[in-house]
Amino acid sequence: GINAEYGKQWYQRRVREAVVSTQSTGASEMSGNYYFVIVGHHDNPIYEQEHCSRDGQSKKDDYRDLCQFVAHASLDMIGEHMWTTNSMYLKIVDKFNDWNVSAFVTAGKQRFIILHDIKNEDSIRQFFQEVYELYIKTAMNPFYEPNTPIQSQAFHQKVKFLCRRYLI
Amino acid sequence: MSRGRGAVDPKRVSSELFSLTYGCMVAQLLKDFESPEEVNKQLETMGYNIGVRLIDDFLAHTPSVTRCTTLEEVADILCKQGFKMFLGIVPEIKNWTAAKDEFSLVITENPLAEYVELPPNCQDTLWYSNIICGVIRGALEMVQMDVKCSFVGDTLRGNDSTEIRIKFVKILEDSLPAGED
Repeated sequence: GINAEYGKQWYQRRVREAVVSTQSTGASEMSGNYYFVIVGHHDNPIYEQEHCSRDGQSKKDDYRDLCQFVAHASLDMIGEHMWTTNSMYLKIVDKFNDWNVSAFVTAGKQRFIILHDIKNEDSIRQFFQEVYELYIKTAMNPFYEPNTPIQSQAFHQKVKFLCRRYLI
Repeated sequence: MSRGRGAVDPKRVSSELFSLTYGCMVAQLLKDFESPEEVNKQLETMGYNIGVRLIDDFLAHTPSVTRCTTLEEVADILCKQGFKMFLGIVPEIKNWTAAKDEFSLVITENPLAEYVELPPNCQDTLWYSNIICGVIRGALEMVQMDVKCSFVGDTLRGNDSTEIRIKFVKILEDSLPAGED
């Protein structure tokens, strides 16, 4: 709708501003960086994991903010794409500068989003599958409330391992 | 099976459904009572109510079981037949005291606790499967045996094994109802 388009433009403007501020200090090395987020039903992030090769805490924070903007902006595209296909893996749904946004929508409409610069569709597809299985196990925990942030250390360790295996 | 296609034996239920049901019940108890100790007590009481009814079902389906004379026989039948019949597992019997009045049940795969991770606020206080202790206590009370039954370790809490300690207290004599001589 109109609001969605306006929302997206607003985000893209904010994102451009953020990119300018982070790139002002010299060449940015982009290879091997990624940002992975699980987005719940209320567009809230319930799990985030990223790898950034930049140093300095403020740059890391900028990087994370930037990633959150880009991921949020891509939610509209995901919302459109998910009705066009039977499969949960949506491949690349959006691009921003050097980055690709790949998405995976679970049966329960949780969205897994990865921002990545290297295009390796197979690794990403396998990554999504394995994270999906981990997510299902977490969701089966009677003490886990759906759409709330995932606190489990076990989940975090396993996802970290998968990220290292498939995304770098 | 000569039943119609897709028919499921009405006495069997998916074990995942069972685990999820039990899990939701414990989660709800925790929300209602807020104190893990209180939840432990409630689970034990619920288990007791199940046990006093379950024992008749058990004895009806295992005609080969006769009155036990020693605690060892009780332990044996409890594990090899009781647990096997209702939970599909056979716990190990270990750690007998010298006087043979106390022993441990060690459960390797607990069907109640599949997929469960305890939240940090009850990591050290909640005995998730405490209902089992109640069931054992209730069932044995109906066969005139008074026992104390409690958890001493749970893999959900980070212990090495899931272990229940059962201690024999006394034989319950049938007491005449009040007013009779």
